[in-house]
Amino acid sequence: MDITSPLVEMRDISIAFGGIKAVDAVSVDLHPGEVVGLLGHNGAGKSTLIKILSGAYRADSGEIRVNGEPVSIGSPRDAKRHGIETIYQTLALADNVDAAANIFLGRELLTPWRTLDDSTMEAETRKVMGRLNPHFRRFKEPVKALSGGQRQSVAIARAIYFNARVLIMDEPTAALGPAETRQVAELILELKRQGIGIFLISHDLHDVFDLADRVSVMKNGRVVGTARTGDVTQDEVLGMIISGKCPAGAVPGPGALRG
Amino acid sequence: MTEAPAPATPAQGGEGLGDKGLSGKSLADHLREIEFDPRMIGMVAALAVIWLGFDGLSGGAFLTPRNLWNLLVQSASISVMACGMVLVIVTRNIDLSVGSMLGFVSMVVGLIQVRLLPELWGFEHPATWIVSLVAAVALGGVIGLLQGALIAWLAIPSFIVTLGGLLVWRGAAWWVTQGQTIAPMDSRFRPLGGGIEGAIGTSASWAIGWAICATIAVGSVVARRRRRRFGFSLRPLWADVAIAALGCGAVVATVMVANAYALPAGIARRLTEARGQVWPEGGLVIGHGLAVPVLLALAVGVAITFLATRLRFGRYVFAIGGNPEAAQLSGVNTRKVVMLVYGLMGALVGISACIATARLNAATNSAGALDELYVIAAAVIGGTSLAGGVGTIAGAMLGALVMQSLQSGMVLIGVDTPLQNIVVGLVLVIAVWLDGLYRKRLG
Ligand SMILES: Nc1ncnc2c1ncn2[C@@H]1O[C@H](COP(=O)(O)OP(=O)(O)OP(=O)(O)O)[C@@H](O)[C@H]1O
Ligand SMILES: [Mg+2]
Repeated sequence: MDITSPLVEMRDISIAFGGIKAVDAVSVDLHPGEVVGLLGHNGAGKSTLIKILSGAYRADSGEIRVNGEPVSIGSPRDAKRHGIETIYQTLALADNVDAAANIFLGRELLTPWRTLDDSTMEAETRKVMGRLNPHFRRFKEPVKALSGGQRQSVAIARAIYFNARVLIMDEPTAALGPAETRQVAELILELKRQGIGIFLISHDLHDVFDLADRVSVMKNGRVVGTARTGDVTQDEVLGMIISGKCPAGAVPGPGALRG
Repeated sequence: MTEAPAPATPAQGGEGLGDKGLSGKSLADHLREIEFDPRMIGMVAALAVIWLGFDGLSGGAFLTPRNLWNLLVQSASISVMACGMVLVIVTRNIDLSVGSMLGFVSMVVGLIQVRLLPELWGFEHPATWIVSLVAAVALGGVIGLLQGALIAWLAIPSFIVTLGGLLVWRGAAWWVTQGQTIAPMDSRFRPLGGGIEGAIGTSASWAIGWAICATIAVGSVVARRRRRRFGFSLRPLWADVAIAALGCGAVVATVMVANAYALPAGIARRLTEARGQVWPEGGLVIGHGLAVPVLLALAVGVAITFLATRLRFGRYVFAIGGNPEAAQLSGVNTRKVVMLVYGLMGALVGISACIATARLNAATNSAGALDELYVIAAAVIGGTSLAGGVGTIAGAMLGALVMQSLQSGMVLIGVDTPLQNIVVGLVLVIAVWLDGLYRKRLG
């Protein structure tokens, strides 16, 4: 259907931690302007899979392609160079420094004298946070002093500030209130319109069905199946997650229940 | 006022944007508003109590120019190393080897200065002191990088690596000359340790003092302008003025004290005559002025503060301390940063080794014994958290001064050495306990 080559393609990705195959021959892909929901029970391997894409882990085997080109992602820096930004489930914030320092961590703005340009970074932070969480005021305090939702906003701000082409969101709204969750949903739709591809990990099936174009379901490190959200019902997807049964509307993966 | 999901911390509303008129704000809130660390005030207050207490107990012998001058000189070596230790501890590591490293570097410096260089270009060559200093910094830096590499790349716990270093470098210090003491040092090197030859004189002290005051004034004006340009909240003008005035006041007071410490009459006379002036009948009072090691420590403090707060490297150091995994996921090369922190620590040990050797006018293999404990104590008393991520250079230098004040004071009032150790140990524990209480109360 889609003639453009996928923005990101992960093929036959496997990784094991001390004998446990956390991710086992997983293939997923993502097109520009598409939202793909990654679903699965706790410990299914979703976070591990996306950490391979974001450069936190190196896959034992498999291939990653960006715009059809095979790439080697050996570090978070490599991933960012390819325009892949990540909101981690754990948020990955340095608690002892402020929002601006976190957003620009590793990519600080410098003055002509090579010193930190804190004023510009703070001004930019005010701008990007204004988009996400207009009530946010505590720019000077270490993020440790922020609420869970505010911290999540900072993590999201960091991912969207640098003009990502691929955005990975690992349970981005887990700590957000209803208003902030709506804001993130609107943000996702806006980014989608801009042609950004988004991997969205969430346990909230309603959210995923509202936002995602396709879903891939994982179970015990393997893909049960992939489906367009229009082709399957929420109950069928729930069945995929719980029992690994692949419905007719989905393309079965290696992890699908046989028979 | 603030956000919808109410944060769980009691430290509400520090930004001071819309909530100026709120009543019931504590003193700490006000201090936070003017961006002044209340802990710093606590330290200065503690120092004042110690000074006044010892002055009372010693019948006015503590707060004399002579004693204060010596106090500053004596704390210089520990202060310099404490600057590096703050960064080490902020990255969630420790360095137990600094005292032994100081001993080893000191021996090597002695060897270079008294045996190697004189063979090359004779005694008292004008370049001897600087070659010694550079060699010490380089040697310390290399040792630090080596230990840092083991910690960062081989992931051996820093406690173990530097505990090993504590034994290794102390042994190596003995090995350099089979335990022989090396003396005396080059006459141009000795000023690094203080003493009469290390006092820069009264007019030079005033020149430096006023230069520092001017820098403080210009700095606060520039900072204020910049915040205004970006439309950020400004702290009240009175606060800016008060802080700058306090800083300048401290500088001027220090210069006055240093200048009030008179040189011995004989030396003053020689100095006067060397200038081609006549020595008057009733004699002349010539002050010492600031001491070279104190200025050196101050320069190190400023440089490391700049590095820690204004440069990318410092930002990484603190981020690693806050969350090493986050720093790494953000693309920070955490291993390289940790290794460089140890390299810097080593280079500072090199500077301290020169100060200590010059002050003693001899290199001994026991130099720096127990210094690691004093350095760590200084950093911790100065508010550096052993959990990582938190610490200031200025705090650590004040911490070093607190430790030295306790020790000098106890010597002055004739407390026995074992009891001195007991007191210092207790103070360390109590200081950290109080700091913990404070942190819990104010977040
Ligand atoms: N660093 C690691 N070392 C060892 N095992 C790991 C590591 N990371 C993940 N695992 C294991 O890999 C499996 C997949 O974990 P992962 O975090 O990817 O699950 P998940 O699908 O994100 O679950 P959740 O919904 O709870 O976030 C789990 O069994 C987990 O214990
Ligand atoms: Mg997960």
